[in-house]
Amino acid sequence: MSTKTVKDIVANCQEIFEDLDFRRAREWKAAVPGRKVIGYMPVYVPREIVHAAGMLPLGILGGGADMEVIHGDAYYQSYICRIPRSTIELAITGKLDFVDGMMFPSICDVIRNLSGIWQLLFKDKYVRYFDAPQNFKDEVGGVFYANELRELKEGLEQLGGRKITDADINNSIDLYNENRRWVNRVYDFRSDYPWKAPSAEVYLLMRAGMVLPVEEHTRLMQEYLAAADAESRPVKDNCRVVLTGAFCEQPPLNLIKSLEMAGCYIVDDDFMMVNRWLQRDVPATGDPIDNLVKAFLHHSAETPAKYEDDINVKGAYLLNTIAKRGADGVIFAAPSFCDPALLDQPMLISRVEARKIPYITMQYAENSGQMQPIREQAGTFADSIKLWGAA
Amino acid sequence: MSDQKIVKSNSQDVQKEMITRNYDKITSGKVKVSSTFVPGNLNELLMCFDIANNLPEINAIQNAMRKKSGEMIMEAERSGHSEDVCTYVKADIGMMAKGNIAPNGKPFPDPDLLLLSYTGCFTFLKWFELLREQYKCPTVMLHVPYAADGHVTQNMRDYIVKQLKEEVIPTLEKISGIKFDIDRLREYLRKSAIAEDDLVWMLESAKHKPSPIDCYFGGVYYMGPIFTAFRGTDECIEYYKLLREEIQERIDKGLCAQTPEGDMAEEKYRLVVEGPPNWTSFRDFWQMFYEAGAVVVASSYTKVGGVYDYDSFRHDPANPLETLADYCLGVYTNRNLPTRVDMLARNIIEYEADGLLINSIKSCNSFSAGQLVMMREVEKLTGKPGAFIETDLVDPRYFSAANVKNRLESYFQMIDQKRRAGGSAIAA
Ligand code: SF4
Ligand code: SF4
Repeated sequence: MSTKTVKDIVANCQEIFEDLDFRRAREWKAAVPGRKVIGYMPVYVPREIVHAAGMLPLGILGGGADMEVIHGDAYYQSYICRIPRSTIELAITGKLDFVDGMMFPSICDVIRNLSGIWQLLFKDKYVRYFDAPQNFKDEVGGVFYANELRELKEGLEQLGGRKITDADINNSIDLYNENRRWVNRVYDFRSDYPWKAPSAEVYLLMRAGMVLPVEEHTRLMQEYLAAADAESRPVKDNCRVVLTGAFCEQPPLNLIKSLEMAGCYIVDDDFMMVNRWLQRDVPATGDPIDNLVKAFLHHSAETPAKYEDDINVKGAYLLNTIAKRGADGVIFAAPSFCDPALLDQPMLISRVEARKIPYITMQYAENSGQMQPIREQAGTFADSIKLWGAA
Repeated sequence: MSDQKIVKSNSQDVQKEMITRNYDKITSGKVKVSSTFVPGNLNELLMCFDIANNLPEINAIQNAMRKKSGEMIMEAERSGHSEDVCTYVKADIGMMAKGNIAPNGKPFPDPDLLLLSYTGCFTFLKWFELLREQYKCPTVMLHVPYAADGHVTQNMRDYIVKQLKEEVIPTLEKISGIKFDIDRLREYLRKSAIAEDDLVWMLESAKHKPSPIDCYFGGVYYMGPIFTAFRGTDECIEYYKLLREEIQERIDKGLCAQTPEGDMAEEKYRLVVEGPPNWTSFRDFWQMFYEAGAVVVASSYTKVGGVYDYDSFRHDPANPLETLADYCLGVYTNRNLPTRVDMLARNIIEYEADGLLINSIKSCNSFSAGQLVMMREVEKLTGKPGAFIETDLVDPRYFSAANVKNRLESYFQMIDQKRRAGGSAIAA
């Protein structure tokens, strides 16, 4: 294991995070002629298949806090969330010119329609609206999904000009299993020692995984864990919160920092669900499509983008996370104008309220600037939890 | 305007009576009731089980036109719903909180079933999850994949048919105690197709100059029976037959479109409109058009409950479940943006319209996200100017009459200028 310090690793991740030209992905592509890059948006795509095609899956999560959106506003009305407009801005300013195709998962109608905008504006690019089933029975939703995955595979084969074998996909499944295990270790580590792994760092580490090849990202997490564990940092008297609702448009990094500064350790979150969507290792032998389907149907995370068939199970994922992480409270943080997050929120709140778990709600945009109100709100929340917990 | 006499036709009276009867049926307590949505509604299938369908969007519209939706939305917001989300959902939730009273003054019964036809709108999914919290009744989902590449695949169709067979039909059998009879379904579908022929004739009648109908403001009335509880019934066939006769008579007499204040005197502008109307100020909104001599000759909103003209879809009794699948897959908001652009551009060309007006609805991501790009694409394809206004469906806070009127006036001026530059004659 290398001897990189936390500071070095985080600086590297920060650079990747801030680089809206995606230099690292461009370099990857340029290193070998014929390489292709496939962008994907939240909340989940099976990156294994893209990887198996020899392509780089590149997570596109909008333009972030600092990008000035100049053209994007001519594409979107003011009452639509910000991620599609900043994503369009990235595209029309040439920052995604090296991206050979885009995948738009079935998370909401905004991302859905963004796939159509891509079809209209970037006619030479591969565009895949990635529809996942809302029926979770093997013989119903499973069959549909398996065929969708096969279509995806065929599309990528055409784009890449080569067959994707089962062995290719199984190899990728293996690498992503490994990656997911390390993601989970980072999350576990943060929950166990939140003072050693501040959420802003963990966030940047996960964001790096949106850009870097999977093997490289896995190594980076290994290095980070070793370095963070070795470093001694002061323990703070913070409360422990689960942050939920931020699964698509991302909050500004400053918001994450502000929450911790205000006294809330984030011990779990749903920022980049693609990293943790599948809850178990996917078998890396046998029929890979079948295995990916089963993992999706039976072992995937609950998010507002999914239909929950059983009213009694609704919210269980959040409640389990709270219990598993020993959290004191919940922060419902949703992007403004986000129907999935905001419509789901009252249902989750009712579950949390029924168990008398403290919570607060807040809305943000990826470019929210004013952190003072957030700090105050989170600070008051943390104080009340400490009081309430001590009572 | 409210004290003026509203000019109505025979078919409107018939429709009004149909709607009243349907609400009486729903509130009678004598039938099983399923809530379900307009896009992708499975009316023929529900009828096979003697289940009445109650459509929450229609209730929201009814409440908006009676100026009640604003208070309902506020009620939902007070109970924790965000200001940012679809106001149909909030109007519905607020209506429940206020006693769930149907337009006939009687309380709605709790639904026996929520039939979640997840077609063309993500919000539907959350909406019925929210209603399920309230009613705790059986809920069955029909997931309709998005026709993202502009066509339907066999995989999509098979998936829907399988869900019908394995989820939806068994649930309906259980709720109703009635065994599924596919021949009964075929018979309803046969009737649907008859009415659909007349419906398409009606839509296409607007190609006449002057157009005998307004296909947006008037269109929402004309679509009523087929988009709601009547598709597949004899009375639906009768209604469209009657409507067709009325429109034919208007064509023969050379009349302009009918409005609440009588026939438009002159048709100056022919428009294609994209997006739902505003319901809280529906009459005032319409008035801005007919007073300027503008008629809507085609609109996408008259396709939300099914697209019958663009690719000639008809319900097909020979393939009952597959045809239901194709119907669901084909509704307007389940089509990708390039198809929507093509549909609108073709409408402009085929209906010889002056341009595209987009009424962008704050509530509705399904319609609205991407409309600015659509407008530019349609302009490119047709060479006709587009215009963009912003309102909401049932939230009165988002209808600014002055703004809308200004925009419309400048748009009409723009069309005039274009005409002068191009030397083309007035539409009529
Ligand atoms: S932030 Fe919410 S509404 Fe916006 S694209 Fe993402 S999921 Fe959709
Ligand atoms: S988002 Fe649009 S389509 Fe969906 S329920 Fe609301 S108004 Fe209807």
